[in-house]
Amino acid sequence: MEQDWIWGLVGGLLIGTGGAVYLLANGRIMGASGIVGGLVDGSEWRHWRERGAFLAGVLLLPVLLYPLYGEVNTHITGNWVVIIAAGLLVGIGTRMANGCTSGHGVCGMSRLSLRGIVATVFYILAGGLTVALFRHGLGWI
Amino acid sequence: MMRALYAFIAGALFGAGLFVSGMTDTLKVQGWLDVFGDWDPTLAFVMGGAIIPMAIAWAFVPGRAPLVGGAFPQKPQPRLGRNLVLGSVLFGAGWGLAGLCPGPAIASLSYGGVGHWVFAAAMLAGMVATPPIRKALDRRLPDG
Repeated sequence: MEQDWIWGLVGGLLIGTGGAVYLLANGRIMGASGIVGGLVDGSEWRHWRERGAFLAGVLLLPVLLYPLYGEVNTHITGNWVVIIAAGLLVGIGTRMANGCTSGHGVCGMSRLSLRGIVATVFYILAGGLTVALFRHGLGWI
Repeated sequence: MMRALYAFIAGALFGAGLFVSGMTDTLKVQGWLDVFGDWDPTLAFVMGGAIIPMAIAWAFVPGRAPLVGGAFPQKPQPRLGRNLVLGSVLFGAGWGLAGLCPGPAIASLSYGGVGHWVFAAAMLAGMVATPPIRKALDRRLPDG
């Protein structure tokens, strides 16, 4: 669609504003994998209220916006092996690297953090090679 | 209490941004990674758009304190170790395979269908499994 990039830019500004609020109000880095990961592995239970409130916001807004769109197709693959393998890789990888697209990508790169930049380069390279191999090579995705 | 309220507002902005930008559409994400196919530039606009307010926020940080008190997070030591690189490579592979990263995985739970729940369950299982994996790796070959 023609306006996809405009909505991408609008959505990006909203995402960055969310990160700015989380930083300037609470003094925290808005990293989705860290916020979720610290809750499920128990290491950050003492912050469950703050993290739970954040996740409630992430879950709720799409529920409120969905009726305006009618139908949203996420085009997720129907291949369960791919879904489960991908979920495991995303879970292990983001916790091992201490960050994902939001933490390293948005919050890290915007302060010119070397770790954020290096992580972002490696996950984009790995993602690009994976799509090339599994889509154009093997035809799985 | 204010801390939870601000966190909710931040999460709401994040969730709204992921939704309207189309980043919960796995084909758009894979389309951006697919430089050999029909390349979709949307993700670059999302990332660029997100970095602008965030960079402004960082510019406010020096010499100030967060609204709720305490201190701002220090810039991490520029330590580029095995965990950062290997973890990012594994994450990138999973991101490319399914077209989902942790934020959109959560934002899409209410409308994405059962595949998104299975993905989220596998992601959470991976997150739970990581501390022991990381410990075992660090014992054999220290990160650094």
